[in-house]
Amino acid sequence: MKVHINGKAGTVEPDQTIDEVRMQYCPEADITIRNCIISPPGHTRVAEGDALYFIRKGVAPDADNLEKLLYARQPDALTGRLKSARVGIVGAGGLGSVVAENLARAGVGKLVIADFDLIEPSNLNRQRFTVAQLGTPKVDALAENIRSFNPFTAVDAVHERITAENCRQIFSGCGIIAECLDSASEKAAIVTALRNHHPESFIVAASGLAGLGNGSSIKTVKATARLYIVGDMTSDADQGLGLFASRVGIAASMQAHVIIQLLTGVEPC
Amino acid sequence: MLIRINGREETVPDTTDTITALLEFLNIQARQTAVEVNGAVIEHNSFAATKLHNGDTIEIVSFVGGG
Repeated sequence: MKVHINGKAGTVEPDQTIDEVRMQYCPEADITIRNCIISPPGHTRVAEGDALYFIRKGVAPDADNLEKLLYARQPDALTGRLKSARVGIVGAGGLGSVVAENLARAGVGKLVIADFDLIEPSNLNRQRFTVAQLGTPKVDALAENIRSFNPFTAVDAVHERITAENCRQIFSGCGIIAECLDSASEKAAIVTALRNHHPESFIVAASGLAGLGNGSSIKTVKATARLYIVGDMTSDADQGLGLFASRVGIAASMQAHVIIQLLTGVEPC
Repeated sequence: MLIRINGREETVPDTTDTITALLEFLNIQARQTAVEVNGAVIEHNSFAATKLHNGDTIEIVSFVGGG
């Protein structure tokens, strides 16, 4: 009977229990995950096509095993689709740093992240950087952070101001591009340019995430066939509402979520 | 003139015959919008020259700041 064990094809006897398979492949394992679910020790029988993961706590796996075990809580078929994806992110601030983290944790294979800016103290209330990274280009710090939790996501860090002209070449080959800028007019200009230069790509933009309005007022809207907007559409940072990690993060996580849905064939809305 | 704006049919004055005029009529900041007419993306420097016609389908995405 064919199954997958720690991400590799394996064969088990038809009447074997999960515990018996564990004893055979990894008797020291503390955690058993079967088809994304943590399974208690027991005598459940393995079924054809099961994805089984046996994990030992306190032991660092080699790189090949780490890549497999990292995605044990995601369906294998979807992880494969995410790994082959190339996603662009315009801006590496409050939105972009969170979008990038979510996509890298899910195992998106390639991220092209572009931002001209250096990290300064007022970024730290919402952007996923550290005090030690102050003064560093945001794209380089983000690439470093991603390597620290998922070294299998390749990051193309572009330390440049994105313009209506250079976004054509920088994001070529990206099937999906996230707009993660701060200024309203730059958002409008870059979304227009991205739609023009990359008519086949999905654009996932954000608008309306400032202040302390309800998190649940942030929605995903399909504006056109290939343009999604996440936000409450009205809460404007230029009105002095302030920007908080919690609410900016909701919008950014929703942007990342739309991207993961699109990559795995789920209709976002 | 009868046009469709963001999925809703709207009647606008016949003098509202360009993107620039329409955004002014709707009281929307042109610089903060992305506009498509009948599926075609309209660049900001073409807003004034892009003529609107009866029956056009227009998508207007109006952005606010923050990120």
